[in-house]
Amino acid sequence: MSKTIITVVGKDAVGIIAKICTYLAGNDVNVEDISQTIVQGYFNMMMIVDTGASTKPYAAMVAELDELGNAIGVRIRCQREDIFTKMHRI
Amino acid sequence: MITILEVNETNKMIEQEKLDVRTITLGISLLDCCDADLDALNRNIYDKIAGLARDLVSTGREIELEYGIPIVNKRIAVTPVALVGGRACRSPEDFVEVAKTLDRAARDTGVNFIGGYSAIVSKGMTPTDETLIRSIPAALAATERVCSSVNVGSTKTGINMDAVKLMGEIVRETAEATKERNSIGCAKLVVLCNAPDDNPFMAGAFHGVSEADAVINVGVSGPGVIKHALEGVRGANFEILCETVKRTAFKVTRAGQLVAQEASERLGIPFGIVDLSLAPTPSVGDSVAGILEEMGLESAGAPGTTAALALLNDQVKKGGIMASSFVGGLSGAFIPVSEDQGMIDAVNRGALTIEKLEAMTCVCSVGLDMIAIPGDTPASTISGIIADEAAIGMINQKTTAVRLIPVIGKDVGDTVEFGGLLGHAPVQKVNRFGCADFINRGGRIPAPIHSFKN
Repeated sequence: MSKTIITVVGKDAVGIIAKICTYLAGNDVNVEDISQTIVQGYFNMMMIVDTGASTKPYAAMVAELDELGNAIGVRIRCQREDIFTKMHRI
Repeated sequence: MITILEVNETNKMIEQEKLDVRTITLGISLLDCCDADLDALNRNIYDKIAGLARDLVSTGREIELEYGIPIVNKRIAVTPVALVGGRACRSPEDFVEVAKTLDRAARDTGVNFIGGYSAIVSKGMTPTDETLIRSIPAALAATERVCSSVNVGSTKTGINMDAVKLMGEIVRETAEATKERNSIGCAKLVVLCNAPDDNPFMAGAFHGVSEADAVINVGVSGPGVIKHALEGVRGANFEILCETVKRTAFKVTRAGQLVAQEASERLGIPFGIVDLSLAPTPSVGDSVAGILEEMGLESAGAPGTTAALALLNDQVKKGGIMASSFVGGLSGAFIPVSEDQGMIDAVNRGALTIEKLEAMTCVCSVGLDMIAIPGDTPASTISGIIADEAAIGMINQKTTAVRLIPVIGKDVGDTVEFGGLLGHAPVQKVNRFGCADFINRGGRIPAPIHSFKN
């Protein structure tokens, strides 16, 4: 229940992962897996994180990551993992 | 472990192909609200709805935010009001007061529609049923969010032709009562045959007497997702076409099932069903007609349309049924005209007539839906169309419905704007040959032979 998928899409730049990870660490969110690709010059990253130890309300985390994305020029989405596993796994 | 490709596929469905959960509908029984005093009845109804639905909208928003999938509508369906108001409502005016209470409860809980201003008269009408039905025009004129439905037949009971006759008149009166707003009252009034007890979609949603005290039903959508998937198999044979619809419907339904379970858990209200329907909206790329055209038709309405819709409806069910633990409601493909830009275009280019739409209702999930017709269409003609649809439903053991809008003051060639999800519609030609002598016979059409299964 506490697993969350964070996706980041945007123009590649220095320090994107660092800035996101700094935010997550500051909120006791543990990063379990990162995968990334570059599609047509666009940075495309997915993180599987565990928010179980975080005290930050989910809605606040969604909003703050969205703001952080705006600040660094990428789109950051934060969604509970279930929406993907239910759709793609039987 | 989930892969980046799968995550991107889901997010693309949501962001570019308009995947959404169309509605979370909270069904509420009002049977325990009955009272002989009208004020007490209204108070009981308001308190029960306001109490149970207090957190419906905020919970819907929470789920939307956490899973990143839009939940377009949050709605309420209640016990058919004719069953609840009998002791207190002596006149149509009394029932209108109940409609106003429902409207107030809907507004205060933040839902956009509340369904269940209804009567189930498949075999016969009680005096209370008839009083409620006669109050519908005034009730829909006096309220904003109330939806009304009347079930006039079923495979088990046959068709109540007295009710069919009356509903032709009521549809006309509703059009007159709301003529200042393009007869919009008729967009919130549907006449059904074989109405399900657990349909989450408006205007036909009500909370049947077979249901628990409160229940969460969810309607999924996703015509854009299906269309996009079919773009990838252009020219392929029917086996591949069907398989693609089925697989995609599975994915769409899984999202609906997840939302339904979450909503049920968070609200502490049992989960009822997922309705596997493809529900179009007027926005571009969210069209059932678009799917039919992607299958190879020049326009919706062309020869082949009924076959295309039949396979679509069937594959949506087959894909969806494995994705959900309980399916119900209407489940299939909706073909409303005003709510589907592809259908509107097909009518405008002369490819889609009411007669073709009638044929399509034999294989779609509902019926003649959101069709604007000339304002001078006689009540008996509307009743004739209702009787035809009810016959299709009765004989084919499926739900059928009629939601026609005789737009007062408008004629073929005019276009009517209803606004929002209700969309806009060209006024369509109706067969002008009369059927009054048929409709005026009265009585009922007996149940078909294949209904006797005991």
